[in-house]
Amino acid sequence: MHTDTHALDSQALDHETLEDVEHEHHHLTEMKVFGFWIYLMTDCVLFACLFATFAVLVPNTAGGPAGKGLFALDFVLTETFLLLFSSITYGFVILAMHKLKIKQVAFWLIVTALFGIGFVAMELWEFNHLIHQGYGPERSGFLSAFFGLVGTHGLHVSFGLVWIFVMLIHIAKTGLTETNQMRLMCLSLFWHFLDVVWICVFSVVYLFGAVI
Amino acid sequence: MLGKLSLEAIPHDPIVVVTLCVVGLVGFALVAWLTLTKKWGYLFTEWFTTVDHKKIGIMYIIMAFVMLFRGFSDAVLMRTQQFISSAGGESILNPHHYDQIFTAHGVIMIFFVAMPLIVGFMNIVTPLQIGARDVAFPFLNNLSFWLFISGVVLINLSLGLGEFAQCGWLCYTPLSELEYSPGVGVDYWIWSLQISGLGTLLSGVNFFTTIIKMRAPGMTLMKMPVFVWTVLCSNILILAAFPILTVSIALLTLDRYFGFHFFTNDMGGNMMMYVNLIWAWGHPEVYILVLPVFGIFSEVFATFSRKPIFGYTALVWATAVITFLSFVVWLHHFFTMGAGANVNAFFGITTMIISIPTGVKIFNWLFTMYKGKIVVNSMMLWSIGFILTFAIGGLTGVLMSVPAADFVIHGSVFLVAHFHNVIIGGVVFGCFAGITYWFPKSFGFTLNEKWGIRAFWCWLIGFIVAFAPLYVLGLMGMPRRISQNIDPEFHAGLSWAALGAAIIAVGVICQVIQFIVSIKEREQNRDLTGDPWHGRTLEWATSSPPPFYNFAKTPHATSHDAWWDMKMDGYQKKMPENLQPIHMPKNTYAGVIIGILATIFGFAAIWHITWLAIISLGGCFLAWILKSFDEDIDFYVQVDEIEAIERKHFEEVQEGLKAEGEEANYAH
Repeated sequence: MHTDTHALDSQALDHETLEDVEHEHHHLTEMKVFGFWIYLMTDCVLFACLFATFAVLVPNTAGGPAGKGLFALDFVLTETFLLLFSSITYGFVILAMHKLKIKQVAFWLIVTALFGIGFVAMELWEFNHLIHQGYGPERSGFLSAFFGLVGTHGLHVSFGLVWIFVMLIHIAKTGLTETNQMRLMCLSLFWHFLDVVWICVFSVVYLFGAVI
Repeated sequence: MLGKLSLEAIPHDPIVVVTLCVVGLVGFALVAWLTLTKKWGYLFTEWFTTVDHKKIGIMYIIMAFVMLFRGFSDAVLMRTQQFISSAGGESILNPHHYDQIFTAHGVIMIFFVAMPLIVGFMNIVTPLQIGARDVAFPFLNNLSFWLFISGVVLINLSLGLGEFAQCGWLCYTPLSELEYSPGVGVDYWIWSLQISGLGTLLSGVNFFTTIIKMRAPGMTLMKMPVFVWTVLCSNILILAAFPILTVSIALLTLDRYFGFHFFTNDMGGNMMMYVNLIWAWGHPEVYILVLPVFGIFSEVFATFSRKPIFGYTALVWATAVITFLSFVVWLHHFFTMGAGANVNAFFGITTMIISIPTGVKIFNWLFTMYKGKIVVNSMMLWSIGFILTFAIGGLTGVLMSVPAADFVIHGSVFLVAHFHNVIIGGVVFGCFAGITYWFPKSFGFTLNEKWGIRAFWCWLIGFIVAFAPLYVLGLMGMPRRISQNIDPEFHAGLSWAALGAAIIAVGVICQVIQFIVSIKEREQNRDLTGDPWHGRTLEWATSSPPPFYNFAKTPHATSHDAWWDMKMDGYQKKMPENLQPIHMPKNTYAGVIIGILATIFGFAAIWHITWLAIISLGGCFLAWILKSFDEDIDFYVQVDEIEAIERKHFEEVQEGLKAEGEEANYAH
């Protein structure tokens, strides 16, 4: 039985040729993107918890304001479009990366970052506005949950912005190497993931909030 | 400038002062010895900065033993206090101190003993059993370890600076809110768990990816050793459950630091949401700990019954079913919340159901022994002892899954007896079996059996004497966590429990002696062949300890007993031919730096030293970013170096086989 598969030496993986080495590098890249994807799934659980928390605390306004009348929907819609456009422009980053056009990659990264900065700035303005009205997170359970959920998303976007700037330095230093391409892929997953989460935030927090 | 920190923070309690002096002396002696023997450089370059999964695993387990010592001391203090208090004697621990002790005992035993033991085994064994040369992300692995150490440092600082939490190991709200716990105790709890929890989450990503992507050729999922399966399921649980812990603690942090109202008693907070969230993590956590231990027992039973594990497929499916079900039982930790009969019935029934796959496993192990050529040694004793104690613990668990029964014994020492029954009888016994089993693989010599067996009997008997009375006391109505003016009616039972703790202490001493004797006699007990137990899985195919690259040639797997198959097929260890350079990661000190900065951040956050918190947190991110600019992260091991290592091993194997006086071919 199984005579042909056992010996440690004869059946081993050999890395003799250049193709094998390249294959190994490719395998490493694939593994890293896979690992990052798994990390994103844990982030997904994290957001799921925050959404659940929000759902539980929505009615607990403690005499403070409810969602209805508190949020300016047109403002948030503009914010949403900034983030959606930034996802499109990040798509252009990846297209340019596949064509190995480094200047285009840098250009679209900067455009993405500008949209991202716009989004975070608008969010901060909204937070500031609410706090100045006396509707900060310490006002009620509902507002705590609102600031907790939306703020966590905003914090993620801010990390993404830092990452974009780090990537700009990376590609300026070493070009579109295999490692940098892998990093751009991971950042792409991250950025689109935040977009998807925002769609949920927009629907659950703002749209439902406007009705309830 | 220093936030809440002042000289007042140093405790004056004589017990604490004496402890601090002893810890200080031992620490000073250790540092002095390391300095005099000039070991710091060696420790730093070979161990602290290592990316070798085997060394990281060993460091985890050593730290677990250090913390076990502290957690066990807490247990002895509690047993003594309850013994004296129920006799009407003068109390040695005031309530403030006692409450810190039972909180620290739980936190330490779960997060800083059981978890590092499990993660240590995952590290040492998993890559070897799947025939890989390292984990998927070696640097992250090192970082996970240092984040864990950061948590260890913080929780130990609480002993001498300020106080620890007094709200039980899960720090239920609203007790843990600022209003009722204004001190730094809960903040110590928050930051030590948050930082080490992040490390665990990264480990989860790492090992999941390792098992999915790095298995040896031929090893399909259903050809993985049972231990690898349990590690995989445990890591799935880590990935799905630890983010919940992160969120629960983060929201409590927002409440305490920034006046949010997630779990407060007023202003629209919902304190039961905290209890739900923390147990939605907490129950899977139980299985994160126990599943890999089930894997260890499966390896031990198969190896020492000289038979393949009975019902491999059933065992794998039972593990998978437990993985899923562990997420739908959390509410049984608080049936008294008042969620209503239907909700309680649902969770009661799911709790009963989850005992079925566990029962399946018990039969797997029994039938593996049935008609096997059983070798009785300390590992088998731990395993058989486990079956007995775990079955009892499981049954008392099923008893409490009936909500009506749970209402009566909820919050009594019956519960304390139950979970110690499953955690000591399950996780702890399993880890001891695992340590004996894989010790030769890690260090190249076997542990002394005589002292191992003595330790086992002391632990088993001590455990029964310590916890059987708690079942009775619980049914008599003794609440858990009481410390002052205890009803004298409970004195007899508490005396037995104290005696049991003393017997366990003898067991611990036996284990210390076991290590000393084993190290002294290591030359007589060397494992030259790399396969001291006639093992079945791939970790025994390489030398003991394995070379840093694990396998000179990647092995091929044919079944979950890949190494056994090879031996049955007449394979003999020989010099590998046609060697190729091996691609390996380089050591890095980034993990140490980030760990130190994280510790400083935790400390600053606990004491509200805002400027330091901002700087150290920024430093963590900056260090990580700078690390990404380091291009010099890997190297190739050259053929002549591999050849030298392999030749040495090959010669040792010959010597070992001659000493054993038997054929290299175990086949009949």
